[in-house]
Amino acid sequence: MAKQKPPVAASKKADSRAASAVTAVEMGARQRDISISEFFTKNRHLLGFDNPRKALLTCVKEAVDNALDACEEAGILPDVTVQLEVVAVGSSALPPASQATRFRITVTDNGPGIVRQQIPKIFAKLLYGSKFHRLRMSRGQQGIGISAAGMYGQLTTGKPVKIISRTGPKTPAHYFEVQIDTKKNEPLIHENKQIKWDQSCGTQVAIEVEGRYQKGRASVDEYLDQTSIANPHVRLIYRTPEGETKEYPRAYHELPPSPKEIKPHPYGIEFGMLLKMLQETKGVTLSSFLSSDFCRVTPALADEICKTAKVSPRARPRDIRGAIAETLYHTIQSTKIMAPPTNCLSPIGEKAILSGLYRQIKGEFYTAVSRPPSVYRGNPFIIEAGLAFGKAPDSVFKSEKPAQPLAEGEREEEDSELARVIRYANRVPLLYQQSACASFKAVLATTWRNYGISQSRGALPAGPMVIFVHIASVWVPFTSESKEAIAEYDEIHKDITLALRECGRRLGLFLRRRERAAGEYRRRNIFELYIEEVVGACNRLKGGKLPTERLKAQLQKIASSRTGGSKTDETLGKTGAGPEGLPHSIIVTAEGVDGEVSLLPDGSSVDQPLADVPDEIQVKEKRPTSKPGRKQTEKAMTGKKGLGKAVIVPSLPKKGASSQRHTGAVHTGRKAHPTGKKK
Amino acid sequence: MAKTKITRNGAVEKKLIGLADLVITAAQKAKDPTMAIPIRALSNVTFNERKGLLEMGSKKQARSFFNVGMAKKFMQTMLVADALSELQRAELTTSLREIYYRTKHTIQDSHENTFDTQDESDPIIEDLEVSLTALREELHVRAENGGSVVGPLVLGDDGDRVDCAKLGKGGYSVPSIVEPEYVEIRRCTADFVLLVEKGTQWNRLSEDKFWRRYNCVLLTGNGQPPRGVRRLARRLHEEYKLPVYVLVDNDPWGYYIYSVVKQGSINLAFESQRMAIPKAKFIGLSSADPERYELPRNVGIKLNEKDIARAKELLNYQWFQKPAWQAEIKRMLASGLKYELDALANKDFQYLTKKYLPRKLKEKDWLD
Repeated sequence: MAKQKPPVAASKKADSRAASAVTAVEMGARQRDISISEFFTKNRHLLGFDNPRKALLTCVKEAVDNALDACEEAGILPDVTVQLEVVAVGSSALPPASQATRFRITVTDNGPGIVRQQIPKIFAKLLYGSKFHRLRMSRGQQGIGISAAGMYGQLTTGKPVKIISRTGPKTPAHYFEVQIDTKKNEPLIHENKQIKWDQSCGTQVAIEVEGRYQKGRASVDEYLDQTSIANPHVRLIYRTPEGETKEYPRAYHELPPSPKEIKPHPYGIEFGMLLKMLQETKGVTLSSFLSSDFCRVTPALADEICKTAKVSPRARPRDIRGAIAETLYHTIQSTKIMAPPTNCLSPIGEKAILSGLYRQIKGEFYTAVSRPPSVYRGNPFIIEAGLAFGKAPDSVFKSEKPAQPLAEGEREEEDSELARVIRYANRVPLLYQQSACASFKAVLATTWRNYGISQSRGALPAGPMVIFVHIASVWVPFTSESKEAIAEYDEIHKDITLALRECGRRLGLFLRRRERAAGEYRRRNIFELYIEEVVGACNRLKGGKLPTERLKAQLQKIASSRTGGSKTDETLGKTGAGPEGLPHSIIVTAEGVDGEVSLLPDGSSVDQPLADVPDEIQVKEKRPTSKPGRKQTEKAMTGKKGLGKAVIVPSLPKKGASSQRHTGAVHTGRKAHPTGKKK
Repeated sequence: MAKTKITRNGAVEKKLIGLADLVITAAQKAKDPTMAIPIRALSNVTFNERKGLLEMGSKKQARSFFNVGMAKKFMQTMLVADALSELQRAELTTSLREIYYRTKHTIQDSHENTFDTQDESDPIIEDLEVSLTALREELHVRAENGGSVVGPLVLGDDGDRVDCAKLGKGGYSVPSIVEPEYVEIRRCTADFVLLVEKGTQWNRLSEDKFWRRYNCVLLTGNGQPPRGVRRLARRLHEEYKLPVYVLVDNDPWGYYIYSVVKQGSINLAFESQRMAIPKAKFIGLSSADPERYELPRNVGIKLNEKDIARAKELLNYQWFQKPAWQAEIKRMLASGLKYELDALANKDFQYLTKKYLPRKLKEKDWLD
C-alpha cells in the first residue's frame, strides 16, 4: 500500500507522490468516529431524500406514519390532519404551489402526545426510538424517519422542527423548536415553552423543507389516497398547498387489534443466532431456554427436541457448543412447531381492505384475501392482497347511452391499460422502486391469463384493475433504509403469490359468471332483436300489407317457448334469487351493490364521536336508509356451496332507469377510476 | 325479348316472396321457420363424366331462425331477399357491394349491425341463387366488368352495335351479364376462341393483332374469369360452334382456371350447366413447354408450399384423372418450378404471338 512505501525522491513524479504520502501515524490521527447524522447528511438518498419532490413526500410520510403508530398504540382511532403550505423564499411573493420550492409541512394527530423530556430526542436524534428493539409490528422500524425529515429541513432551509404536544386535558401543551447537532447526533433545543392548545391531547409537528409539489405518480396526494385505502379506520384531512381541503372519512370504525410483542420463532433462527442466544439466555436448563426464549415451544416440546437431538434437557445452555449445537439446530428445524402467534401482527383484514378499496376506487368487483401468517427468518408476517376490477358501473352505462352505429372495421373500444399495483408494508404505501419490490414481482409472476385477464409476457396484467398487496410483519425486510421496496424472500414471494392467486381465482369466477349471464341474456335477446328485422323484411316482401304485429307476436311466442321462458328468467337472476356469490368480495352492478360492503358504514356515520367500538350492529341499522338501490343480502346468504355472501346479477344495461337508480347507491367519498389519473 | 324478361323476373320475385310466406306459415303453425339451402362445397359436387361437367348434389342444409347459431344468418337472408325483390320491382341491376350497403343498418336498441362486412352478404346472395335456382343475372346482381374481348365479333348491347374488330387494342369490356336478353351476338366470323388468363398477355396478343392473323376471338378474364367472360365463351362455343382454347400460367392455379372454364367451379356447380365448356382445350403453358420451347430454367419460379399442396389436391380431383393430366401435374411437381406466361418474353417480346402460339396451333399441342 502506498502509505507503507518509503518516500523516494528519484523523479518529479515520485516527488509529488512523496509529498502526498502519509504515514500510518498520520493516518491514524485522521481516523475517527462518523456520526450517524453526518453519514446521513451526506447520503440522504438512502433515506428517501434524493430529490425535492421525493423529499417532500418522505417528510409527510414519516410524520404521518409516526402519528398513526402513536394513535394505534394508544388505542385511539386516529384523526390526522396534513397541511402543506407554500413558504416564500426571502422577501419574494408567494409562488403558486406548482412553482414553489419551499413548503411547511404540518401534521397533527389526536394521539397520546409525548412526554416533555422525550420530545427533543424523538425529533432530533437519529436512531432513537421505541420500535427497533422489539418484535412488534409498527409502521416505523428504525427510529430514523422523523428525525431525518427534521434534519433534511434543517439542511435545506435552516429552520428548526416545531413541535406541539399534549398528553392530556389536565397537562399543559409543550412547544418545542429543535434542531439536530449533526456531529454529535444530539438534539439542540432552540425554544421550549408551555403554550395553550385547543386540542386536549395529541402532537403537532411542523417542518419547513425544500421540496417540489407535483401531482400524479408517487405524489403526496397519491400517498394519502393509498394510505386511506389501507387504513380505513383513519380519518384524514389533507389541506393541499393549493388551498383545497380533502377529507377521507373514516370508513371502518374498529381499531386494528393492537399487535403484541413476540419472541423469535425457532424456524426463523439462524445457527449463529442460536449460538448467541444460548450464550445470553437467562434460562438455566436447555429445556427452559427453549421454552422461554422462543415462542410456540412448550416445555413438553422442548423436552422432545432435546430427546431427538440426544441432549439432556437439563444441560446448561452455555455448554451447548459445536457439533451438539448444530444437531440441536437441525433438530429444531425439523421438528413440527406451531406457526408463530399472529397477535404480534395486525393485518388490515379482508373487510377493511374491501371497504378501503371500495371507497377509494371505482369498480365493479372487489375482493380481498388475508393469508394465514408465515415466517421468514423467524419473523412472522402476513400477506394480504386485494383487487378492484372494472369501471364504475355508472360510467359504463353512461357511455353506452348514445348508441353510435359502428362502421365497417370498427370495434367497440377495448381498454389496453395495464393494471396498477399498490403496495403496502405495515399499512404504509410504498410508492417508489416498484419494480424492485417482491410484491410487484409476484404480480408479474402470477399467470393472470388463467383468470381471464390478458397479460403480455413479463408485463402487468391488462385491464381496469388495481391490485393491492400488503405485507404485515414485525420486521419488514426493506431493500433500503428509505423503505421503498420489500426484499424478495422466498417465503414472502410464495405467500404473495398464493394470495394473488386466490384473488385471481375469485376474479376469474366473477368474470366467467358475468360472461355466462351476459351470454344467456344475449341468447334470449338475439331472437327478440332479429324478430323485428325479419318481420320488417317479410312485410316489405309482401308489399307492406302484412299484419306485422300479429306475426311479431307469433314469433315472439315461439322464441319464448324455445328459450325456456320463465325458467331462463330465473337463471338470469331476474327474479332476484341470483347465483351464489364469492367470499369476501363486493360486486357492483347496475342494480346496486352486493357483498360485504353492507357491513360498512356510510359517510353519514363519519362524524360519530370517537366511540371505542362503533360496531357493526350500529352500522347495519343505518344501511337500509342509506342504500336504496341495494339488494337484500340476506337472501343471497342462502347461496349454495357455502360461498354465498354476495349476489351476481348480469350487469347489462337495462334501458333507462337502471343508471339513475344506481346513482342513488353511490357512496360519498368514492373517487377515481382504478387506473385513471387523479385530478 | 322484353316480354320474356318480365315474365322471368316475375318468377324470381315470386320465389323471393315465397321466403316471406315461409316465415308467415311457420309462425302461424308455431313452428321454427326453416329454409333448405343446398350445400356449396366439394362434398356436394359430383363430376358427371358423360357430360364432362360438375353438378351439384342434392345435399341441403337447414337454416332455421330459432337457432342461436343460425338466427343472424336467417335474418340476413331475409334482408337480402327483401333487397333483391326491391331490385326486381324497380327493374334495376346492382353490384354485390351495393346490396351489402343497402341491407346494412344497426339493429334498433343495440350496437349490432345487420352486416359487418361484405363477406357476410356475398355468400347469402349465392345461397339465394342456389336455393331459389335463380341465376345471378336473374336476381339483377352483376359483378364487375371483369374481362375484355377483341376479334371478328359483332355484339348488340343496349341497342348499340359493338364491333369488336374496331375497338383498337383495348377491346370491349365484357359485362357481367351477357345473357341474350342483355347482349346479343349479331355476327361472328372467327374460327376459334382463345381465353387468356392474364390481361398482360391478352394485351400482347391484341397489340400484335394476333386475332386478325389467326381469325380468332381473344378473351381475357384477368385471372379467374368472371361469369360474363365464361358465359360469353360458352355462347360462342355453343351458338357458333367455335372451339375454345385456354392459355394460362403454368401453375396449379392456372390448371384450376382451365378446369373451371371446362367443367365449372365447385362453389357455383349449379351454374356449370350454363357456363361450362366441356370441350375446352388447355393450350398452355404446359409443364412440358419449358423443355420443348427451350425456356431457361432461371425464368422459372420455385413452387411454394401452397402451390405444392394445391397441385396435390388437383391430382385427386375426379376431373383431373386423365393420364395426360396426371402426367402434366406430376411433371410440374417433379420439376419443382412454375412458369408464368410472361416468362416467354425472355426469348423475345413477341415470342408468344410469333412463335409459341403458331407452333402450338400448328402442332395441335394441347390437352383435353
